[in-house]
Amino acid sequence: MTHIILRHHDVENIHELSVYQANGGYEGLKKAFSLGPKAVIDEVKKAVVRGRGGAGFPAGLKWGFIPGGDMQKYIVINTDESETGTFKDREILEKNPHQVIEGALIAAYAVGATKIYNYWRGEYMDAAYACEKAIKDCYASGLLGENILGSGFSCDFYNHFGAGAYICGEETALLNSLMGDLGQPWSKPPFPAQEGLYGKPTVVNNVETLANIAPILVNGADWYVGLGTDQSNGIKVVCLSGHVNRPGNYEIEMGKVTYHQLIYGEEYGQGMRDDKGFKALLPSGGSGPVVTADALDADVSFEGLNPFGSMMGSASIIVMDEDTDMVWATEKMTHFFKHESCGKCTPCREGTFWLEKLLIKINKGRGTQEDIQKLERVATQIQGKCLCALGEFATSPVLSTIKHFMDEYKAKVNTAVPVPAD
Amino acid sequence: MSDLVTIFVDGIELQVEQGATVVDASKRVDVDIPVFCHHPKLEPVGMCRMCLVEIGMPMRDRATGEPVLEEDGSPQINWGRGLQTGCTVRVADGMRVRTTTDVVDEARENVIEFLLTSHPLDCPICDKGGECPLQNLTMAHGLGESAFDFDSKMQNEKHVPLGELIFLDRERCIQCARCTRFQDEIADDPVIGFHNRGRALEIVTLSDPGFDSYWSGNTTDICPVGALTTADFRFGARPWELIPVASISPHGPEGANITMSTRQEAKSGGRVVIKRIMPRQNELVNEIWISDHTRFVHHFADAADRLTKPLIRKGGVLVETDWDTALTTVAEKLQAAGSSAAGLSGDRPSNEDLFAFQKLFRQGLKSHHIDLAASRIAGGDVTAQVGIASGSNLLDLGRGDVIVVVASDLHEEAPIWWLRVKQAAERGAQLVVLNVRPTRLDKFATHLVHYPVGEAVATVRQLLGAAQISDGASDQIGKIAEAIVGATNVVAFYGYEGLTYAETDVLAKSLANLLQVKNSDGHSHVGRVNNGLIAVWPHNNTQGAWDMGIHPALAPGYQSVDQPGRSAAEIYSGVQDGTVQTLFVMAADPVGDGLMNGRGLLDFLVVQELFLTETAKVADVVLPAQSWAERDGTFTNGERRVQRYYPAIQPVGESRPDWQIIEQIGHKMGLDKPHFAASLVFKKGIAAGVPQYSDMDYRSIAKVEKQYPDVGGEDLYYGGTSYENKHGLGQQWTSAAESGDVAMFTVPDVTPSAAGALPVIRTAALYTPGTLINRSDVLSPRMAQPTLHLHAADADRLSIATGDAVIVSVNGQSLQLSAHVNGAAPQGLALINGVSYAAGVLDAKIETA
Repeated sequence: MTHIILRHHDVENIHELSVYQANGGYEGLKKAFSLGPKAVIDEVKKAVVRGRGGAGFPAGLKWGFIPGGDMQKYIVINTDESETGTFKDREILEKNPHQVIEGALIAAYAVGATKIYNYWRGEYMDAAYACEKAIKDCYASGLLGENILGSGFSCDFYNHFGAGAYICGEETALLNSLMGDLGQPWSKPPFPAQEGLYGKPTVVNNVETLANIAPILVNGADWYVGLGTDQSNGIKVVCLSGHVNRPGNYEIEMGKVTYHQLIYGEEYGQGMRDDKGFKALLPSGGSGPVVTADALDADVSFEGLNPFGSMMGSASIIVMDEDTDMVWATEKMTHFFKHESCGKCTPCREGTFWLEKLLIKINKGRGTQEDIQKLERVATQIQGKCLCALGEFATSPVLSTIKHFMDEYKAKVNTAVPVPAD
Repeated sequence: MSDLVTIFVDGIELQVEQGATVVDASKRVDVDIPVFCHHPKLEPVGMCRMCLVEIGMPMRDRATGEPVLEEDGSPQINWGRGLQTGCTVRVADGMRVRTTTDVVDEARENVIEFLLTSHPLDCPICDKGGECPLQNLTMAHGLGESAFDFDSKMQNEKHVPLGELIFLDRERCIQCARCTRFQDEIADDPVIGFHNRGRALEIVTLSDPGFDSYWSGNTTDICPVGALTTADFRFGARPWELIPVASISPHGPEGANITMSTRQEAKSGGRVVIKRIMPRQNELVNEIWISDHTRFVHHFADAADRLTKPLIRKGGVLVETDWDTALTTVAEKLQAAGSSAAGLSGDRPSNEDLFAFQKLFRQGLKSHHIDLAASRIAGGDVTAQVGIASGSNLLDLGRGDVIVVVASDLHEEAPIWWLRVKQAAERGAQLVVLNVRPTRLDKFATHLVHYPVGEAVATVRQLLGAAQISDGASDQIGKIAEAIVGATNVVAFYGYEGLTYAETDVLAKSLANLLQVKNSDGHSHVGRVNNGLIAVWPHNNTQGAWDMGIHPALAPGYQSVDQPGRSAAEIYSGVQDGTVQTLFVMAADPVGDGLMNGRGLLDFLVVQELFLTETAKVADVVLPAQSWAERDGTFTNGERRVQRYYPAIQPVGESRPDWQIIEQIGHKMGLDKPHFAASLVFKKGIAAGVPQYSDMDYRSIAKVEKQYPDVGGEDLYYGGTSYENKHGLGQQWTSAAESGDVAMFTVPDVTPSAAGALPVIRTAALYTPGTLINRSDVLSPRMAQPTLHLHAADADRLSIATGDAVIVSVNGQSLQLSAHVNGAAPQGLALINGVSYAAGVLDAKIETA
């Protein structure tokens, strides 16, 4: 298959500017310059590129919210890829940084931004160095800086390392962190499109989302709409991990591949490790509800898992085999959310702390039947009350495992050593 | 007033300003939406999630834009997908809010339960217990018991000093960020912040010394739990034992409204003592904030070295005596001196004291030899004409308005005004700052001028000239003049930093004339609400001293006297040359302040004081006065607002109110019988004798009206534990310009004080050592140290480095100072700080010690 985003599989050394350009690189940007900003936004709107960070908000709409006028505007690339089991943005930027830079430049041109900030997950050193080299090359070739390609459009690009916080993938927390403040989200409104970085209109886009932009301009929105399903246009890079034989990033056309194919397909996961039976998978890292075997025939798309009460999210699929202790796995995921909670809002700060305490108790065999009910109640109690989505996500593993694997919970409390009386 | 929108809260219809939050709007109809992180004075953040409510909007047909109606014709409401935080959602026309539904109740129960999982529940030993928002809201909205396992609670440090003044209990903190946001948004001292994340999120101090801010105490008021406490009050008393007494700050010209919380206690020998000072809401004066100076300075009232009995000199030493002997002696000596007797007063006493003092001299002795013992700044006669108009509120200034601040470091001299000026600038008012050196106001200034040493008056005159010509000159002065003349409202503050008394007089009159320049619509900036002049007086009742006629040439109400008496300077020289033989000093220490060289050739010196000051030590009779905490009275603030304070503690020893002592002396001299109460001194004396006060009495000054935001009422949670104002918002007296045009002032010429090679000026510090503040142990680590600030270039030239001990000779006095080379001083000007007042530009000699 010819790749659109993971083109480094097809073209050697595409991370180098000359190779990228020799393979149609920056043609999207030139096309954008010839169309003019409004037409670019219209084209991206028409293509309906839903955000690949997980929330699925259409990029064109987001760009369209940026007000006109002469004020400073910003494009911020969200490279704080921290969702459990997600590693696509790293590969995209490390192996082919120019496609993201080009996408960001098109976005900047479309909304009238003159500064691009790329906010990196702090641990992504290697990828950032690759990107930094690409930026230098762009400046040297007139693709960044003053009067890009003689278009009259000027734009700068800065890489910025985060300090290692999952929450900084939330756009407002990211902006706070970028401004040097504590990485905590703010209550929206104001939305970044109105008051974002330094109080100015700002677009925050995921890396993969931006990687889709240049191909859309080159091939046209109609081409893109022709790919995928009604509700999920185009292609998606999925991150496959867990108990499969061949984990990795795979580029698929949305709606055309099932989860079963991803796990067992020759060109994808090549089956369960050690030929174990399949038990469950997390379709979107820790933050989407767990699904079981009945969902395997669902296709990978924004809407594919709707009937199973889950979601594609960033398509970070963690596969678990029959030996997996689901209560243990839930504790691990809950620990992650507790550890990553920024602490700003009460339900998330206190709730994740409480959830973990209960799960540790149950896993250590000190839990009771009431503790399972309490666990479910606390998770429900968090829902619908948090400042941002993280708190909501934290309830997913707990509630979905209680729903699907109550017997495992019961087994833990049934074999419990009675708690000694004080 | 902004546009009003109509909303419905639990079915109650109300009109409220667009932009109000749902929580604040609901409060207007007494629907209390519980909050922890929200504070009506702070920007909303929506962190604690306690204020979750159902919010709906009328539906509109997408195609036609017409409202969608129910069958009964009422609008169909879209209630959204879930609960929303009432503190972050702004009202919109037609909005519906439901605060009493089951889902809202449940959310409140849930949030409270979450908060309590980490809270230590040590209410029985917590200072906040009894006035705690978390406690109250748990009672109102919490579950009876928690499902949380008590043994799983986090254990954190419980006594973390964030500095010498404020302690943090990390277990009690509920991470609402009210304190950090206050320091950030209101105080502009972001010296505390969050550290870490999640359940480990904790408050830390980022400054050295810790929590380095003049406003730190306010965080303990707005803290919705007992996490922040003051070193002064913590573990000192339980809130329900405290009796609140309304009072006025005894420091500074702003007249901050305070509450003294008092308690009778065994450990103080059964005396009633002040346990803490807290703000009392007055949106016209200090809103709900006070400086730490105001909060912690009160210890002088209970100081062990207060004078308790009258003293009389016998055989060369001061010995205790009875009141009758003391009063008789004073009366006889004064009467013998007659019209040659002189009187000097401080500007701390009440209007009643000051009125009685001048009456004793003017009526009893036919002497006009009365003055303030230490006058730093002229212009009471000017502000009487064109002072800020009555009915003004600095809180109303914003876009379109201009505030001018000349020769004053408001942050140090009048912190409440600094706060309000800064906030007006943040609301969009243009701020013009003119000073000889950088101050904390500079960063908020629209127009900033650092004039050369000695050119304060020249700069303001230039400004006046530019305003009068209004030729649209594009230089900076021209632009400032244009902004001032064209502004909707203008308030001008002037101070005395680096200026002589004569220079401040010129400054006041020049600014007064500047404010009187009419714009193209024929409007000037005097005599109208939110316009006029404000003098940055050095003390809490300097304004009252002007009003009461503590002046050799001005009788009460600014009435000229035919034959002016001696000024303070003339009295001091008279003391030295023997032409003044009899002197009465009230609430001042001219000897200690270096103004008077001992008792000179005085025949008789009587001092009326709280403490045995340097002046009192050389007196013939010392009369023990009561502090402001022990009695009632009125102070007049720099905005001419007359405000009442009330007795909080019992008199110390045999001390008496100043006015009473003076009237008793007068009575012995054959004047009227002493009044029975301060209120009668006000009614019979001041209201009758000071025209500006003729429409006032203790009842009119004590009037209150509903204030917004509604804090300090029964529901402590909304604004923290502030006190509602039940005892008076005060009354502003009318400036002359409000009842008709006033004439332009004739501005005299003045020569700036001569300066040497390196001019030196004395700058103010809020915590400058003095008679009162020295008695407050809690503030002693923060006291301003005697310091010489030098610019790096000047320091190089003088071979002085930071930390060097230097001797600066000023006016014949040698000051021991520590040198600081830190950017506070501009090149060519040295600043001395933390030392007693010295006027003008000083020709000082700087030497390394």
